Amino acid sequence: MNLDPRPSVIEERLKNVKRIIAVTGWKGGIGKSVTASTLALLLARKGYKTGLFDLDFAGASDHLILGAKGLFPKEEKGLEPPVIAGVKFMSVVFFSADKAVPLRGANVSDAIIELLAITQWGELDFLVLDMPPGINDAALDVIRFMRKTQVLAVTTPSMIARSVLQRSLALYKKLKVPVLGVLENMSAVKRPAAGALRLDAGLEKALGRPAALLKTAFARDLALAAPRLNLPVI
Amino acid sequence: MHEWALAQSVIKTAVEHAAAGRLKKLKETGVAFGELQGIDKEIFVFALEELRKQFPAAAACRFRISKEPAAFLCKVCAHKFSLKALRKTADEAEFIHFIPEMAHTFLKCPACESPDFEITAGRGVHITHIKGDR
Repeated sequence: MNLDPRPSVIEERLKNVKRIIAVTGWKGGIGKSVTASTLALLLARKGYKTGLFDLDFAGASDHLILGAKGLFPKEEKGLEPPVIAGVKFMSVVFFSADKAVPLRGANVSDAIIELLAITQWGELDFLVLDMPPGINDAALDVIRFMRKTQVLAVTTPSMIARSVLQRSLALYKKLKVPVLGVLENMSAVKRPAAGALRLDAGLEKALGRPAALLKTAFARDLALAAPRLNLPVI
Repeated sequence: MHEWALAQSVIKTAVEHAAAGRLKKLKETGVAFGELQGIDKEIFVFALEELRKQFPAAAACRFRISKEPAAFLCKVCAHKFSLKALRKTADEAEFIHFIPEMAHTFLKCPACESPDFEITAGRGVHITHIKGDR
Protein backbone atom coordinates (compact mmCIF):
# COMPACT_ATOMS: atom_id res chain seq x y z
CA MET A 1 0.00 0.00 0.00
CA ASN A 2 1.16 3.52 -0.81
CA LEU A 3 -1.62 5.73 0.49
CA ASP A 4 -1.29 9.52 0.35
CA PRO A 5 -2.83 10.84 3.59
CA ARG A 6 -2.69 14.56 2.71
CA PRO A 7 -5.95 14.94 0.70
CA SER A 8 -7.97 13.81 3.75
CA VAL A 9 -7.39 17.11 5.58
CA ILE A 10 -7.74 19.60 2.74
CA GLU A 11 -11.49 20.00 3.18
CA GLU A 12 -10.98 20.59 6.89
CA ARG A 13 -8.33 23.26 6.23
CA LEU A 14 -10.89 25.12 4.10
CA LYS A 15 -13.99 24.46 6.19
CA ASN A 16 -14.05 27.99 7.64
CA VAL A 17 -13.50 29.68 4.30
CA LYS A 18 -16.82 31.06 3.11
CA ARG A 19 -15.97 31.77 -0.53
CA ILE A 20 -13.11 30.80 -2.83
CA ILE A 21 -12.57 32.98 -5.90
CA ALA A 22 -10.17 31.68 -8.55
CA VAL A 23 -8.89 34.50 -10.76
CA THR A 24 -8.18 32.76 -14.05
CA GLY A 25 -7.41 33.50 -17.68
CA TRP A 26 -5.75 31.04 -19.95
CA LYS A 27 -3.35 33.49 -21.57
CA GLY A 28 -0.22 34.70 -19.83
CA GLY A 29 0.45 38.39 -19.19
CA ILE A 30 -3.17 39.54 -19.13
CA GLY A 31 -3.16 40.81 -15.54
CA LYS A 32 -4.41 37.89 -13.45
CA SER A 33 -1.95 38.49 -10.63
CA VAL A 34 -2.57 42.23 -10.35
CA THR A 35 -6.33 41.59 -10.48
CA ALA A 36 -6.19 38.84 -7.83
CA SER A 37 -3.92 40.83 -5.52
CA THR A 38 -5.92 44.06 -5.88
CA LEU A 39 -9.20 42.20 -5.34
CA ALA A 40 -7.79 40.71 -2.13
CA LEU A 41 -6.64 44.14 -0.95
CA LEU A 42 -10.03 45.71 -1.73
CA LEU A 43 -11.88 42.98 0.15
CA ALA A 44 -9.56 43.28 3.16
CA ARG A 45 -9.90 47.08 3.20
CA LYS A 46 -13.67 46.67 3.34
CA GLY A 47 -13.25 44.55 6.47
CA TYR A 48 -13.63 41.09 5.00
CA LYS A 49 -11.30 38.40 6.32
CA THR A 50 -9.33 37.69 3.18
CA GLY A 51 -6.64 35.29 2.01
CA LEU A 52 -4.58 35.27 -1.19
CA PHE A 53 -2.94 32.10 -2.49
CA ASP A 54 -0.52 32.46 -5.39
CA LEU A 55 -0.79 29.20 -7.29
CA ASP A 56 1.32 30.34 -10.22
CA PHE A 57 4.48 28.54 -9.08
CA ALA A 58 6.49 29.24 -12.22
CA GLY A 59 5.59 32.91 -12.41
CA ALA A 60 4.80 33.76 -8.77
CA SER A 61 4.47 37.53 -8.53
CA ASP A 62 1.82 38.43 -5.95
CA HIS A 63 4.58 39.00 -3.38
CA LEU A 64 6.00 41.71 -5.65
CA ILE A 65 2.59 43.32 -6.14
CA LEU A 66 1.94 43.32 -2.38
CA GLY A 67 5.50 44.33 -1.49
CA ALA A 68 5.82 41.30 0.77
CA LYS A 69 9.40 41.24 2.01
CA GLY A 70 11.00 39.45 4.94
CA LEU A 71 7.87 37.44 5.69
CA PHE A 72 7.55 33.73 6.42
CA PRO A 73 4.61 31.59 7.53
CA LYS A 74 4.39 30.81 11.25
CA GLU A 75 4.65 27.15 12.21
CA GLU A 76 1.61 26.34 14.33
CA LYS A 77 -0.02 22.95 13.75
CA GLY A 78 0.85 23.52 10.11
CA LEU A 79 1.72 26.84 8.52
CA GLU A 80 -0.13 30.08 9.26
CA PRO A 81 0.16 32.50 6.34
CA PRO A 82 1.74 35.87 7.14
CA VAL A 83 -0.52 38.92 6.90
CA ILE A 84 0.25 41.85 4.61
CA ALA A 85 -2.08 44.86 4.30
CA GLY A 86 -4.77 42.81 6.04
CA VAL A 87 -4.46 39.86 3.63
CA LYS A 88 -3.32 36.39 4.69
CA PHE A 89 -0.85 35.50 2.00
CA MET A 90 0.61 32.16 0.89
CA SER A 91 3.03 31.61 -1.96
CA VAL A 92 5.74 29.20 -3.04
CA VAL A 93 8.19 32.11 -2.93
CA PHE A 94 8.46 31.70 0.85
CA PHE A 95 10.25 28.43 0.16
CA SER A 96 12.22 29.15 -3.02
CA ALA A 97 14.66 31.85 -1.86
CA ASP A 98 13.79 33.93 -4.95
CA LYS A 99 15.04 31.19 -7.25
CA ALA A 100 13.27 29.49 -10.16
CA VAL A 101 10.89 26.62 -9.36
CA PRO A 102 11.34 24.19 -12.29
CA LEU A 103 8.56 21.69 -11.69
CA ARG A 104 6.92 19.17 -13.99
CA GLY A 105 3.14 18.85 -13.79
CA ALA A 106 3.02 16.00 -11.29
CA ASN A 107 5.44 17.89 -9.04
CA VAL A 108 3.25 21.00 -9.18
CA SER A 109 0.30 18.88 -8.13
CA ASP A 110 2.26 17.37 -5.23
CA ALA A 111 3.41 20.79 -4.05
CA ILE A 112 -0.15 22.18 -4.21
CA ILE A 113 -1.52 19.22 -2.23
CA GLU A 114 1.27 19.70 0.34
CA LEU A 115 0.47 23.39 0.76
CA LEU A 116 -3.28 22.77 0.91
CA ALA A 117 -2.75 20.10 3.58
CA ILE A 118 -0.47 22.14 5.83
CA THR A 119 -1.77 25.71 5.45
CA GLN A 120 -4.01 26.83 8.29
CA TRP A 121 -6.13 29.58 6.75
CA GLY A 122 -8.48 29.82 9.73
CA GLU A 123 -11.67 31.83 9.27
CA LEU A 124 -11.93 33.67 5.98
CA ASP A 125 -14.75 35.42 4.18
CA PHE A 126 -12.81 35.18 0.91
CA LEU A 127 -9.85 33.17 -0.32
CA VAL A 128 -8.63 34.58 -3.62
CA LEU A 129 -6.62 32.19 -5.79
CA ASP A 130 -4.20 33.59 -8.34
CA MET A 131 -4.20 30.88 -10.98
CA PRO A 132 -1.44 30.14 -13.48
CA PRO A 133 -2.29 30.53 -17.17
CA GLY A 134 -3.98 27.61 -18.89
CA ILE A 135 -5.82 24.55 -17.72
CA ASN A 136 -3.16 22.49 -16.03
CA ASP A 137 -2.36 20.67 -12.81
CA ALA A 138 -3.05 23.70 -10.63
CA ALA A 139 -6.45 24.34 -12.20
CA LEU A 140 -7.45 20.69 -12.11
CA ASP A 141 -6.36 20.36 -8.47
CA VAL A 142 -8.39 23.43 -7.51
CA ILE A 143 -11.46 21.92 -9.18
CA ARG A 144 -10.75 18.58 -7.47
CA PHE A 145 -9.97 19.74 -3.94
CA MET A 146 -11.64 23.16 -3.59
CA ARG A 147 -15.14 22.37 -4.71
CA LYS A 148 -16.73 25.63 -3.67
CA THR A 149 -14.44 27.57 -6.01
CA GLN A 150 -16.02 30.22 -8.20
CA VAL A 151 -14.16 31.45 -11.26
CA LEU A 152 -13.49 35.09 -12.05
CA ALA A 153 -12.12 35.17 -15.60
CA VAL A 154 -9.74 37.84 -16.88
CA THR A 155 -9.21 38.65 -20.54
CA THR A 156 -7.93 41.52 -22.69
CA PRO A 157 -9.39 43.24 -25.77
CA SER A 158 -7.20 40.98 -27.95
CA MET A 159 -9.01 38.62 -30.28
CA ILE A 160 -6.54 35.93 -29.23
CA ALA A 161 -7.30 36.30 -25.52
CA ARG A 162 -11.04 36.34 -26.22
CA SER A 163 -10.87 33.16 -28.26
CA VAL A 164 -8.99 31.37 -25.48
CA LEU A 165 -11.48 32.80 -22.96
CA GLN A 166 -14.42 31.28 -24.85
CA ARG A 167 -12.80 27.85 -24.74
CA SER A 168 -12.13 28.17 -20.99
CA LEU A 169 -15.71 29.25 -20.26
CA ALA A 170 -17.05 26.29 -22.22
CA LEU A 171 -14.91 23.93 -20.17
CA TYR A 172 -15.92 25.46 -16.84
CA LYS A 173 -19.56 25.05 -17.90
CA LYS A 174 -18.93 21.41 -18.76
CA LEU A 175 -17.18 20.85 -15.41
CA LYS A 176 -19.99 22.71 -13.63
CA VAL A 177 -17.61 25.23 -12.09
CA PRO A 178 -19.53 28.47 -11.43
CA VAL A 179 -18.23 31.53 -13.28
CA LEU A 180 -18.86 34.89 -11.59
CA GLY A 181 -18.08 36.85 -14.72
CA VAL A 182 -15.43 38.20 -17.03
CA LEU A 183 -13.19 41.22 -16.52
CA GLU A 184 -11.69 42.86 -19.58
CA ASN A 185 -8.30 44.15 -18.51
CA MET A 186 -6.34 46.82 -20.42
CA SER A 187 -9.66 47.94 -21.81
CA ALA A 188 -9.67 50.87 -24.22
CA VAL A 189 -13.08 52.19 -23.13
CA LYS A 190 -13.02 55.87 -22.11
CA ARG A 191 -15.52 55.73 -19.25
CA PRO A 192 -16.04 53.11 -16.55
CA ALA A 193 -18.09 50.26 -17.97
CA ALA A 194 -19.32 46.95 -16.66
CA GLY A 195 -16.41 44.56 -16.25
CA ALA A 196 -13.88 46.89 -17.91
CA LEU A 197 -10.54 47.53 -16.24
CA ARG A 198 -9.11 50.48 -18.14
CA LEU A 199 -5.47 50.70 -19.05
CA ASP A 200 -3.91 52.58 -16.13
CA ALA A 201 -0.57 54.28 -16.73
CA GLY A 202 -0.14 54.79 -12.98
CA LEU A 203 -0.47 51.12 -12.09
CA GLU A 204 3.17 50.11 -12.59
CA LYS A 205 4.42 52.73 -10.11
CA ALA A 206 1.98 51.52 -7.45
CA LEU A 207 3.15 47.90 -7.57
CA GLY A 208 4.74 46.81 -4.30
CA ARG A 209 2.80 49.45 -2.32
CA PRO A 210 -0.65 48.22 -1.27
CA ALA A 211 -1.85 51.66 -0.12
CA ALA A 212 -0.87 53.20 -3.46
CA LEU A 213 -2.33 50.29 -5.39
CA LEU A 214 -5.71 50.81 -3.74
CA LYS A 215 -5.72 54.42 -4.97
CA THR A 216 -5.17 53.54 -8.64
CA ALA A 217 -7.80 53.89 -11.36
CA PHE A 218 -7.36 50.13 -11.86
CA ALA A 219 -8.48 49.45 -8.28
CA ARG A 220 -11.41 51.86 -8.68
CA ASP A 221 -12.56 50.11 -11.84
CA LEU A 222 -12.24 46.72 -10.14
CA ALA A 223 -14.26 47.92 -7.15
CA LEU A 224 -16.89 49.26 -9.55
CA ALA A 225 -17.12 45.94 -11.34
CA ALA A 226 -17.41 43.85 -8.16
CA PRO A 227 -21.18 44.08 -7.48
CA ARG A 228 -21.94 42.92 -11.04
CA LEU A 229 -19.77 39.88 -10.42
CA ASN A 230 -21.74 38.70 -7.41
CA LEU A 231 -19.05 40.12 -5.16
CA PRO A 232 -19.83 42.58 -2.35
CA VAL A 233 -19.52 46.33 -2.75
CA ILE A 234 -15.82 47.02 -2.18
CA MET B 1 4.94 21.80 14.57
CA HIS B 2 4.30 21.62 10.84
CA GLU B 3 4.44 17.85 11.50
CA TRP B 4 1.12 18.17 13.35
CA ALA B 5 -0.75 18.86 10.10
CA LEU B 6 0.70 15.76 8.45
CA ALA B 7 0.11 13.62 11.55
CA GLN B 8 -3.53 14.69 11.46
CA SER B 9 -3.77 13.61 7.82
CA VAL B 10 -2.31 10.19 8.70
CA ILE B 11 -4.63 9.46 11.62
CA LYS B 12 -7.70 10.77 9.73
CA THR B 13 -6.89 8.70 6.64
CA ALA B 14 -6.28 5.57 8.75
CA VAL B 15 -9.61 5.96 10.54
CA GLU B 16 -11.52 6.69 7.33
CA HIS B 17 -9.82 3.82 5.48
CA ALA B 18 -10.60 1.41 8.32
CA ALA B 19 -14.24 2.50 8.31
CA ALA B 20 -14.46 2.10 4.53
CA GLY B 21 -12.92 -1.39 4.84
CA ARG B 22 -15.34 -2.28 7.63
CA LEU B 23 -12.61 -2.87 10.20
CA LYS B 24 -14.19 -3.02 13.63
CA LYS B 25 -10.94 -2.30 15.39
CA LEU B 26 -8.01 -0.34 13.95
CA LYS B 27 -4.89 -2.07 15.28
CA GLU B 28 -1.90 -0.90 13.28
CA THR B 29 -0.99 1.76 10.73
CA GLY B 30 2.32 1.77 8.90
CA VAL B 31 3.76 5.21 8.20
CA ALA B 32 6.78 5.82 6.00
CA PHE B 33 8.85 8.99 6.37
CA GLY B 34 10.58 9.92 3.14
CA GLU B 35 14.19 10.89 3.76
CA LEU B 36 13.87 13.97 1.55
CA GLN B 37 11.25 15.70 3.73
CA GLY B 38 13.11 15.01 6.96
CA ILE B 39 10.10 14.77 9.27
CA ASP B 40 10.93 15.00 12.98
CA LYS B 41 9.76 11.65 14.38
CA GLU B 42 9.53 12.86 17.98
CA ILE B 43 7.25 15.78 17.08
CA PHE B 44 5.17 13.61 14.74
CA VAL B 45 4.62 10.92 17.41
CA PHE B 46 3.77 13.60 19.99
CA ALA B 47 1.18 15.02 17.58
CA LEU B 48 -0.29 11.58 16.93
CA GLU B 49 -0.72 11.00 20.67
CA GLU B 50 -2.50 14.35 21.05
CA LEU B 51 -4.69 13.64 18.02
CA ARG B 52 -5.82 10.25 19.33
CA LYS B 53 -8.21 12.14 21.63
CA GLN B 54 -10.04 13.53 18.59
CA PHE B 55 -10.13 10.15 16.83
CA PRO B 56 -11.49 7.51 19.27
CA ALA B 57 -11.35 4.86 16.53
CA ALA B 58 -7.55 5.18 16.61
CA ALA B 59 -7.30 4.99 20.42
CA ALA B 60 -5.61 1.57 20.39
CA CYS B 61 -3.89 1.86 17.02
CA ARG B 62 -0.16 1.27 16.91
CA PHE B 63 1.69 3.53 14.49
CA ARG B 64 4.69 1.70 13.05
CA ILE B 65 7.01 4.30 11.57
CA SER B 66 9.73 3.48 9.08
CA LYS B 67 12.17 5.58 7.11
CA GLU B 68 12.34 5.39 3.34
CA PRO B 69 15.63 6.43 1.72
CA ALA B 70 15.30 9.08 -0.98
CA ALA B 71 16.18 8.05 -4.52
CA PHE B 72 16.37 10.17 -7.64
CA LEU B 73 16.47 9.53 -11.38
CA CYS B 74 17.72 12.25 -13.71
CA LYS B 75 15.35 12.75 -16.64
CA VAL B 76 18.13 14.23 -18.77
CA CYS B 77 21.00 11.76 -18.36
CA ALA B 78 19.24 8.84 -16.59
CA HIS B 79 21.73 8.97 -13.69
CA LYS B 80 20.42 7.43 -10.47
CA PHE B 81 21.50 9.09 -7.24
CA SER B 82 20.76 9.33 -3.53
CA LEU B 83 20.38 12.24 -1.12
CA LYS B 84 23.86 11.65 0.24
CA ALA B 85 25.31 12.71 -3.11
CA LEU B 86 23.64 16.13 -2.85
CA ARG B 87 24.64 19.29 -1.02
CA LYS B 88 22.18 21.68 0.58
CA THR B 89 22.33 24.47 3.14
CA ALA B 90 20.35 24.40 6.38
CA ASP B 91 17.86 26.92 4.92
CA GLU B 92 17.42 24.87 1.75
CA ALA B 93 16.84 21.73 3.83
CA GLU B 94 14.18 23.62 5.79
CA PHE B 95 12.39 24.73 2.60
CA ILE B 96 12.47 21.15 1.28
CA HIS B 97 11.14 20.00 4.66
CA PHE B 98 8.01 22.10 4.08
CA ILE B 99 7.63 21.35 0.36
CA PRO B 100 9.77 18.44 -0.88
CA GLU B 101 9.35 19.65 -4.50
CA MET B 102 11.68 22.52 -3.63
CA ALA B 103 14.38 19.90 -4.20
CA HIS B 104 14.09 20.86 -7.86
CA THR B 105 15.00 24.43 -6.95
CA PHE B 106 17.97 23.68 -4.72
CA LEU B 107 19.33 20.29 -5.81
CA LYS B 108 20.70 19.09 -9.12
CA CYS B 109 21.80 15.88 -10.73
CA PRO B 110 25.40 15.22 -9.64
CA ALA B 111 26.25 13.94 -13.11
CA CYS B 112 24.81 16.59 -15.45
CA GLU B 113 23.65 19.33 -13.01
CA SER B 114 20.05 19.30 -14.27
CA PRO B 115 17.19 20.10 -11.88
CA ASP B 116 14.94 17.93 -14.06
CA PHE B 117 14.98 14.73 -12.05
CA GLU B 118 12.33 12.41 -10.68
CA ILE B 119 12.00 11.66 -6.97
CA THR B 120 11.52 7.91 -7.31
CA ALA B 121 11.36 7.14 -3.58
CA GLY B 122 11.48 8.78 -0.17
CA ARG B 123 9.63 12.01 -0.97
CA GLY B 124 7.35 12.59 2.04
CA VAL B 125 4.88 10.94 4.39
CA HIS B 126 2.72 8.05 3.20
CA ILE B 127 0.81 5.14 4.69
CA THR B 128 2.25 1.68 3.99
CA HIS B 129 -0.39 -0.50 5.62
CA ILE B 130 -3.53 -0.48 7.75
CA LYS B 131 -4.42 -3.51 9.88
CA GLY B 132 -7.43 -4.27 12.03
CA ASP B 133 -10.07 -6.78 13.05
CA ARG B 134 -13.13 -7.31 10.88
